Amino acid sequence: MSFVLNEEQQILRDSAKGFIAEKSPVTELRRLRDTKDANGFDTALWSQMAEMGFAGIIIPEEYGGVGFGYRGLGLVLEEAGRSLTASPLVSTSLLCASALLIGGSEDQKKGLLPKIADGSLVMAMAMDEGAHHAPAKIAATAKKDGDSFVINGTKSFVLDGHIASKLIVAARTSGKPGDTKGLTLFIVDAGASGVTSSRHIMVDSRNAAEITFNNVKAESVLGDVDGGFAILDETLDRARIGLSAEMLGSALEAYERTIEYLKERKQFGVVIGSFQGLKHRAAKMFCDLELCKSVVADALSAIDERRNDIALSASLAKSRVGATFNEVSSEAVQMHGGVGVTDEYELGFFLKRARVADATFGNVAFHSQRYAEIEGY
Amino acid sequence: MADLEAFRKDVQAWLEQNCPPSMRTPMPDDETVWGGRNAKYKNPESKQWLDAMASKGWTAPTWPAAYGGGGLSKDENMILQQELRRIKARPALNSFGLWMLGPALLEFASEEQKQRFLPEIVRGEIRWCQGYSEPGAGSDLAGLQTSAVLDGDTYTVNGQKVWTSYANHADWIFCLVRTDKTVKHDGISFLLFDMTTPGVSTKPIQLISGYSPFCETFFDDVKVPAGQLVGELNKGWTIAKRLLQHERSMISGMGLGGALSGATGQTLAGAAKEHLGEDNGKVADPVVRQHITQHNMDSKAFALTMRRVQEEAKAANDVSATSSVFKFFGTELNKRKYELLIESMGTKMLGWEPDDSYSAGEIDNTRSWLRSKANSIEGGTSEVQLNIIAKRVLGLPD
Repeated sequence: MSFVLNEEQQILRDSAKGFIAEKSPVTELRRLRDTKDANGFDTALWSQMAEMGFAGIIIPEEYGGVGFGYRGLGLVLEEAGRSLTASPLVSTSLLCASALLIGGSEDQKKGLLPKIADGSLVMAMAMDEGAHHAPAKIAATAKKDGDSFVINGTKSFVLDGHIASKLIVAARTSGKPGDTKGLTLFIVDAGASGVTSSRHIMVDSRNAAEITFNNVKAESVLGDVDGGFAILDETLDRARIGLSAEMLGSALEAYERTIEYLKERKQFGVVIGSFQGLKHRAAKMFCDLELCKSVVADALSAIDERRNDIALSASLAKSRVGATFNEVSSEAVQMHGGVGVTDEYELGFFLKRARVADATFGNVAFHSQRYAEIEGY
Repeated sequence: MADLEAFRKDVQAWLEQNCPPSMRTPMPDDETVWGGRNAKYKNPESKQWLDAMASKGWTAPTWPAAYGGGGLSKDENMILQQELRRIKARPALNSFGLWMLGPALLEFASEEQKQRFLPEIVRGEIRWCQGYSEPGAGSDLAGLQTSAVLDGDTYTVNGQKVWTSYANHADWIFCLVRTDKTVKHDGISFLLFDMTTPGVSTKPIQLISGYSPFCETFFDDVKVPAGQLVGELNKGWTIAKRLLQHERSMISGMGLGGALSGATGQTLAGAAKEHLGEDNGKVADPVVRQHITQHNMDSKAFALTMRRVQEEAKAANDVSATSSVFKFFGTELNKRKYELLIESMGTKMLGWEPDDSYSAGEIDNTRSWLRSKANSIEGGTSEVQLNIIAKRVLGLPD
């Protein structure tokens, strides 16, 4: 692989940067929050993002996408992260599109991927059931009923769950919670009888919902019955890596705003950036962010090149970037002093986003454990 | 590309013929080759290997052939290094001349100086040491006082250097001297001279590791021909800074990898499993396991970053500021690795002399732990590196 972007990738990054800076500054997230926007994201903006090709970046051209791969999607996510843009980029274009690409039948891919790419379909993945990410710890059940399956159970923290029109649901067809065997993925119509979703208002002002399934008839099975975990795990690794790219963008933005502040804010007659107590912390965070850039770029390439260390790269990226974003967002607030804890200043949005993003698809602790397990110690 | 593949075939064939069998085995510390006039070769194949590599210029693969180097492109050098790694070849020559002085001479020296000094570095004939720090000029290196006074076409050097690595084994020294006392940075010059010149003396410094890799070096009316001044008079600080970047890059590679340099050759996790036990394939102590995991993740991320920055530097230009990132992070990582080794091995890591219970390899590890404490001090302390990042990269004011 090459760490250096090719010309096509540079053009993509520049167009994403320009577009997002203009259409979706952080003030847009504030507006969505303050107006209690029913969708939780700007649907007009999402249509424009789809027109730019962002919604279908990883989707091959034969299914209506642009086929720029995960490195390409990572560049857009990083720019979206800089502006804390709320959109179905993670839930739909990254997570569900990946699941369909990995485990979908030809019919499922043909039926759903073009609609994802053109921005007309928002999808959500319903998997976790508790306060922590635990993809095997699933209790929701699916029972065979004639040609179909009937799902029962409750899912928490479903990204864009209240607004999605199609769901991918992980449910147990055999075994017990904690078993990797016996999980099956289903495609479910969100409007099907028995589906109830209620939106959570989350600290980061982004979308998540609790969804209850009460004797819900599945539309189709994604992949093999009882063999869902392998698809889920592979899908999640891609989502973890993509989300790391978004988090990297947010962390870089919070950091750069802080460095600018250190050069402007005067106390004791000098700019506070001249104080060694702040300089050294700023320089250490610079080093950490340099490491984050490398693990994210490497992990994105690992997917595109179908390398055999994707899981390890995913856990390295999610853990390293998660820890750094947590640290940088906390330090950004501290180094801004009083204004850092005001709602008027935008730094609070980055702090809040850092913790939600860390908890999404496994936090620092989860991925440290997983890294050690994969490495065999 | 076809040319590169042909080059790879040539390299493979040449290595097959010229790399002696023992040079493809792990190198004990006492077989490290530093070259020089008084070099002793415990293993005769070390000398054979050095001469073979030097004849191709591959001890300095990317230096111009006109100065004895290999004249290889970056891509060719990458292939050479890959092939050397593939057969697990030992480094033919360890040398401050190769790592630090040579690149600075290529950039700043006169044609005559390049012709004179570079080929003997490539061949390992002259062993160099670095005269930088002084008792009163450590982190504040530019405060150095060792003076060089010009009279006719000869400088007279007086003063003292400290932390001169292997000065007692070196043939020549590259030395920062004060040629103007009225200004600080702009009064420093870069001088080369023979360590056998009358008036030069050295005294080894014993360190906490028990070893003496450093010396105090004294200059008492040392006469140096004016032609051995590199670059312009009073412009030595520019050369000094550039050379420090090369030194920092050299030191920063030390924190890489979970494998240990010592003769035990274990990974951190392997050592922890042996001494703390295993629980279903995991290191039995969960706290130690977590520390090791964190370290290994940092180490992997650091290795990726070195690769990324090298590629980006090749695509664009400047690497100068990043050498401080690597120096800071790499040396802190290396220190942490040895602390973790103590945590993993317990008292097996705390012996001082080899005996029935403590192998030479284990003692090596203990001494390396103590040696690692100097990594974040030599070549500019971690604190100095953070200052450099803050100033040069982040643009924060003094």
